[in-house]
Amino acid sequence: MCGIAGLIHKGKSSNVGGEMTAMLQALKHRGPDSTGYAVYGEPTEGDYVLRLKVAEAEDMAKGRGIHQVLADRIAEVEAIMQEHGVTVKTKENATEYALRYLISHDGDTTALAEHIEETDGVEILSLGNGLELIKDLGDASDVAGLYGLNEFNGTHGIGHTRMATESDVDIRSAHPYWAFPYNDVSVVHNGQITNYWIMRRQMERKGHRFMSNCDSELLAVYTANNLANGVTLEQSLRNSIEEIDGVFTYLVATKDQLGMAKDTMAAKPLVLYESDDLIAMASEEVAIRAILPQEIDTYDPYDEEVRVWQA
Amino acid sequence: MASLSDTELKQMSQEERVTALGMRTEALTGKSLYIEFDPDAEERFTYPWAPEVDYNKRTELDTDEMTTTEVNSKIRALMAEGYGTIVLKNPRGKHSLGVGILSRLNLIVEGSLGYFGVGLIDGPNVRINGRVGWSCGENMMAGTIVIEKNAGSTFGAAIRGGDLVCRGSVGSRTGIDQKGGTILVGGDTGALSGFMMQRGRMVVCGNAGKNLGDSMYDGTIFVGGKIQSLGVDAIEAELTDLDHDWLTAKLTQYGMMPDKGVDHFTKIVAGKQLWNYDNLEPNEKKIIL
Repeated sequence: MCGIAGLIHKGKSSNVGGEMTAMLQALKHRGPDSTGYAVYGEPTEGDYVLRLKVAEAEDMAKGRGIHQVLADRIAEVEAIMQEHGVTVKTKENATEYALRYLISHDGDTTALAEHIEETDGVEILSLGNGLELIKDLGDASDVAGLYGLNEFNGTHGIGHTRMATESDVDIRSAHPYWAFPYNDVSVVHNGQITNYWIMRRQMERKGHRFMSNCDSELLAVYTANNLANGVTLEQSLRNSIEEIDGVFTYLVATKDQLGMAKDTMAAKPLVLYESDDLIAMASEEVAIRAILPQEIDTYDPYDEEVRVWQA
Repeated sequence: MASLSDTELKQMSQEERVTALGMRTEALTGKSLYIEFDPDAEERFTYPWAPEVDYNKRTELDTDEMTTTEVNSKIRALMAEGYGTIVLKNPRGKHSLGVGILSRLNLIVEGSLGYFGVGLIDGPNVRINGRVGWSCGENMMAGTIVIEKNAGSTFGAAIRGGDLVCRGSVGSRTGIDQKGGTILVGGDTGALSGFMMQRGRMVVCGNAGKNLGDSMYDGTIFVGGKIQSLGVDAIEAELTDLDHDWLTAKLTQYGMMPDKGVDHFTKIVAGKQLWNYDNLEPNEKKIIL
């Protein structure tokens, strides 16, 4: 079933980490397998936030040897960063397998990302000036506690609670997906994509990489492909309604925008709340009520509806 | 009939009650059988186990810290105590509140409901000051539901009777598989509204999305605004005097009469070109073949 949520503050920052946690926890019943966040802090021009994982949660049960494997992978990643002239300003690890680097880099970030992912078992979750993409197994309160998300100041964010259907319960199949290699672009999705394999092969022929077998990853890759061709976010969302088959409602966030698209059957839910300074949306109203307890006006977007909001 | 008390009705056998309430059975062609109520009888009908409630006995229930099960159990307990007017406060989009109420009750919801709100009801009058999520009033048999704001998709799915009213706009697939009753929408409705509709009436004062009335078997849809497209086998029909009077009465009853009246409404019915009933059992087919 899955639950998706998003919010964007216009012209101001707020505790989007805490707000997203409240919304996603309210959607726990739609999918308790994993929870993910893509939250956007104040852009750090010149600096990048790099989030990556060096193992799946399940790998951690493989015995003592795994700790050395992880240490080796991290050392290899850091050597690659050094090779690309990256200056690491801070390094944090919420878990042994999930790391956050604040880096300074003047070179080609795509080349850097591609090189890092050549390391066995390493996947970049996000890279950007404002984006922080966190996902792990468990509900929102577990993940927020583990990664310190209950106090995260930013302008906007999207999130996802996953009920695994067509692929495994693991971090690689959890949402959001980063639109590799586009800095600060992330996607969450609720639905099933029925032309996944056809579209995936098309995208792979164009050189795009897939890290999982989850159909939702296609939307991130598809968005990245459109952005690479100079298509605007809004047009990309509109094109997807024609080109992607299946039932879907998905959200895309960029450094300063938040967009939504709903398929031609309007088969997957989304409730929208709009005010002058805040737009909030979720699969169910109960998630919006988690941050806005007062009486508000909400509505369901119709089939083929596309909206984009500016932070 | 009208002089019968609830106590007298409860003492009767089911067969006696059916006769006393003026219900009649009518055999359709094939193997179907349905029971139709006349309007008076419908108003009079109560289940034998229904609690005696007093509309003037009113109470409020703060649902903020309660689960759905606790709220619904509490409603039943209050009805058993004779409360006929119950006000739910702070529902905050909870799902499945007020479902399965099978007797008379004034239920007032001060706030918004989530999915499947007040579904499977048979008799209560419900007023919701906020919005409702998907599948509000699903399978309702009788009574009224009036929603002041917007509603989600599959609004009034498979309702069989009663009036389901939304003053705002509703989502997609409104009245899917509607089997009776009336759905009134003050604003717009989304795609595939009236899909596989079987009986009853739907009135949309605003616009309707694509594929309106797709594969409808029967029933009537009235649309005051634009129709994006009609579904398979849905056709436009002429608005009769009877339709005019009924629309006027119904919209006036709920204070939703458009300023320009009802003459501009478009009437949509089933073309009945898709009808292909096969009443034969597999064994009977074998005999014929």
